[in-house]
Amino acid sequence: MDIRKLEESWLRTDLPEFGPGDTVRVHVKVREGEKERIQVFEGVVLGRRGGGIRETFTVRKVSYGVGVERVFPVHSPHIDKIEVVRHAKVRRAKLYYLRNLKGKAARLTEDLNRR
Amino acid sequence: MVRGILGRKLGMTQIFDEKGELVPVTVVQAGPCVVVQVKTQAKDGYNAAQIGLVEGKPARRVPKPLAGHFAKAQVPPTRVLREVPVEAAAEVKPGIVVLCDIFAPGDVIRVVGTSKGKGFQGAVRRHHFRGGAASHGSMFHRAPGSIGPSAFPSRVFPGTRMAGRMGGDTVTLKRVKVVKVDVENNLLFLKGALPGGRKALVRLVKA
Repeated sequence: MDIRKLEESWLRTDLPEFGPGDTVRVHVKVREGEKERIQVFEGVVLGRRGGGIRETFTVRKVSYGVGVERVFPVHSPHIDKIEVVRHAKVRRAKLYYLRNLKGKAARLTEDLNRR
Repeated sequence: MVRGILGRKLGMTQIFDEKGELVPVTVVQAGPCVVVQVKTQAKDGYNAAQIGLVEGKPARRVPKPLAGHFAKAQVPPTRVLREVPVEAAAEVKPGIVVLCDIFAPGDVIRVVGTSKGKGFQGAVRRHHFRGGAASHGSMFHRAPGSIGPSAFPSRVFPGTRMAGRMGGDTVTLKRVKVVKVDVENNLLFLKGALPGGRKALVRLVKA
């Protein structure tokens, strides 16, 4: 029995396609004691890494002037849904350079062909 | 009740637990196993079950004495035979099939396996000796250093840590958590790493 085939059956297929540069709204299930609620984290995807069940993606946003990054496992059951707000034209797979830019310089040009 | 089962490591992966958190797991193809012989207190001095792991590849060229051993239990020959402890030995009979459903998620079990062989290794790798500086004219790199005093005792004490064969030892892990049980496919998902490489035989026993 191949372990990778087994892993495939655990992968989520209900998520939209998204990649580096895309602005996404991640609906995260947050558990507070007994209650569960949905929290939205909106930001730019810096990149995806790993494969199979281990795959993760990093979302960056600037909140009150402070850069905040969250790394989500793509196939996590904590993710309720992901909305892709905007696609951007990017030329690399990992946008770590955005961390060193702020304000106007940190903008990405929208890819209108992929709306 | 048989308290253990045999399995082969399939490899490691990760799995989301009921809390939705990623847990590292080793997937073990556990069983099905058949009881080939029952050892009893009266006859053998202890209670145990000798079980064989039923695999896709059947055992070939079974020596006649062993063939007779399997014929007595009326089970097809298996490649591996190991003993596992039992509970209520009177109820265990040869021919009984043992499945991984003897374990449940959340169980804490014991795993016995053989670690990967590392070959002949120096004292630094084998015993975590610190070794010396690589440069600056240090003339002491990875040598073991002194292995004891001189005129007295004029010998090296047994058990002194030196270079030699490393790995390939029987390793017992206690308190291994069962994360998931897939009875249909005979798979057990155990938290963390287990001794040995892929396809390595492991013995899983209830703690």
